[in-house]
Amino acid sequence: MKETPLSNCERRFLLRAIEEKKRLDGRQTYDYRNIRISFGTDYGCCIVELGKTRVLGQVSCELVSPKLNRATEGILFFNLELSQMAAPAFEPGRQSDLLVKLNRLLERCLRNSKCIDTESLCVVAGEKVWQIRVDLHLLNHDGNIIDAASIAAIVALCHFRRPDVSVQGDEVTLYTPEERDPVPLSIHHMPICVSFAFFQQGTYLLVDPNEREERVMDGLLVIAMNKHREICTIQSSGGIMLLKDQVLRCSKIAGVKVAEITELILKALENDQKVRKEGGKFGFAESIANQRITAFKMEKAPIDTSDVEEKAEEIIAEAEPPSEVVSTPVLWTPGTAQIGEGVENSWGDLEDSEKEDDEGGGDEAIILDSIKMDTGVEVSDIGSQEMVFHHVGQAGLELLTSDAPIILSDSEEEEMIILEPDKNPKKIRTQTTSAKQEKAPSKKPVKRRKKKRAAN
Amino acid sequence: MAEPVSVAAEYLAGSRARAARTVLGQVVLPGEELLLPEQEDAEGPGGAGERPLSLNAGARSRVRVVCGPGLRRCGDRLLVTKCGRLRHKEPGSGSGGGVYWVDSQQKRYVPVKGDHVIGIVTAKSGDIFKVDVGGSEPASLSYLSFEGATKRNRPNVQVGDLIYGQFVVANKDMEPEMVCIDSCGRANGMGVIGQDGLLFKVTLGLIRKLLAPDCEIIQEVGKLYPLEIVFGMNGRIWVKAKTIQQTLILANILEACEHMTSDQRKQIFSRLAES
Repeated sequence: MKETPLSNCERRFLLRAIEEKKRLDGRQTYDYRNIRISFGTDYGCCIVELGKTRVLGQVSCELVSPKLNRATEGILFFNLELSQMAAPAFEPGRQSDLLVKLNRLLERCLRNSKCIDTESLCVVAGEKVWQIRVDLHLLNHDGNIIDAASIAAIVALCHFRRPDVSVQGDEVTLYTPEERDPVPLSIHHMPICVSFAFFQQGTYLLVDPNEREERVMDGLLVIAMNKHREICTIQSSGGIMLLKDQVLRCSKIAGVKVAEITELILKALENDQKVRKEGGKFGFAESIANQRITAFKMEKAPIDTSDVEEKAEEIIAEAEPPSEVVSTPVLWTPGTAQIGEGVENSWGDLEDSEKEDDEGGGDEAIILDSIKMDTGVEVSDIGSQEMVFHHVGQAGLELLTSDAPIILSDSEEEEMIILEPDKNPKKIRTQTTSAKQEKAPSKKPVKRRKKKRAAN
Repeated sequence: MAEPVSVAAEYLAGSRARAARTVLGQVVLPGEELLLPEQEDAEGPGGAGERPLSLNAGARSRVRVVCGPGLRRCGDRLLVTKCGRLRHKEPGSGSGGGVYWVDSQQKRYVPVKGDHVIGIVTAKSGDIFKVDVGGSEPASLSYLSFEGATKRNRPNVQVGDLIYGQFVVANKDMEPEMVCIDSCGRANGMGVIGQDGLLFKVTLGLIRKLLAPDCEIIQEVGKLYPLEIVFGMNGRIWVKAKTIQQTLILANILEACEHMTSDQRKQIFSRLAES
């Protein structure tokens, strides 16, 4: 089946939500989903659930002849399969890219890091060694396959027991599990992959992306680390450019997460060990006992529901007023008013003055230094009206006035009264100190009252 | 959900058709045959199969019964094809014997004529748009099926937009076709859905529950915040509220309504209303 396409509105919503640091299921930026590890009745069989993503891992072993150039080492074999039940888009012929990438990453993480002691898998040098095979099956795809798969692989390897072997001279005895207890593998450390998804060209980052977030991400960084803070593998895909400090920050986060996950794994292994020793029931059937087959159960999503209404008011209050709306009627003379800016003055610079910037329509924040309006009327002493000047920093100035109609007249002696105060204290323009007022770099498209001809 | 399924199994073992009337509200399994009320007398309680001879054998009063989803006509009985609870609705005004259907739960949608669905435009080719509705094939939507659309005046639809429309052709032999106008040529709420908001997927049963008349959930949600919401019968819901947080809360509530009892739901709503 073809994958359901991602609609524009979903993409836009997800990106906007990420900009506001909100995720669909209410997690924080660095939060993992709930990890559940359950073991089967056989040694070496486990299911790892990372949120809704489920991976089944199974380890098996066999006695084979070793490779010719590594006669004293055992053989490790990893295989991840994307089952068709994981997602409708996974079809037998269609998964090759993703499959190869995941398999390769898993191999690098587990084989090249030498987490398993292959020398201990040798039985008779040059003739018989153990071949350990790890098979991983993806049962459900809800994002971040690689993390779940790496956890499943290492848990299965830690849980696995191989049959005991003894060598006496030329005689090799392989004991069945009934004769002698099977022996665990010799594992040096537990490398675990942590995924970071990047959005908007590396500006925003999320740990443990789920399926929706994976669809809109720009790039993915996977760091495989163990609890001793040793990096086993790093892979960056998607072609985004990451800065050095971003990668360092991710590795720090990965260190914290790996420590937590390793603790969880050790606890799960210990529990299972205890249950088996005490003779209690173990296996998959026991671990999902309290869920019905129809599974009418959903985890609580930790969405922040506090202050929702006030937040809306705050947002509306702080929002920038629409720049095109001018609500200030400018009264020229009794009987003549102007609403709106009109077209720009095309007569050229009337005076050799600096540009002025507007703070959006309606709000007449004026630089005090050279205050010239298109009409050429100067703002003179505004005495009787209330005006508040805020000196911000060295040079940023802002004008807050109270409500009063703007009455302009050709007479330059009359007082200028300004309507529509600048409600927004956030619109603080910091300007470089200079004798002349330079144009402040403004991020919004502002309507300039006067165009500097020289700059054109 | 602790239905006495064993009772059904016992009947199946005896392979005796039950009267539909007696099974209302109980779980039925595929393969069961149900008798309509008029046929019960003919069968008799013992199922012996002997029909009393009657002189006017063909003149039984025929009542028109509508066979809804999950049921199929098999001879003069009803054959159950989906597992779920059997439901019946009395006829509104006199004629007919009402509607029988099976309330089943599934997430995969099969296009049905007349259903209003939310689709995602996947391709524009010539005169038609290909719209993914969650079925086995993408539906086709002609650009003339929008209100006020003419050959010169094409609707502004891009790939990736959301469309709310209804099916005019939907059967298992042809690809489904949908339109965004009703029979009078008016849009009636259909067309391109606006730019913001969140689209998410739920089960088909939840959609039918939410669209039922006097649904409590919708009334309570409406009291929380102002919102816009569109339900598609293919399991897709589009929701939009003033802020992103509110939209996320609404989406999570609706998804969770599937799994909550009404008490839990009332608790959640009262907690939200306070904050």
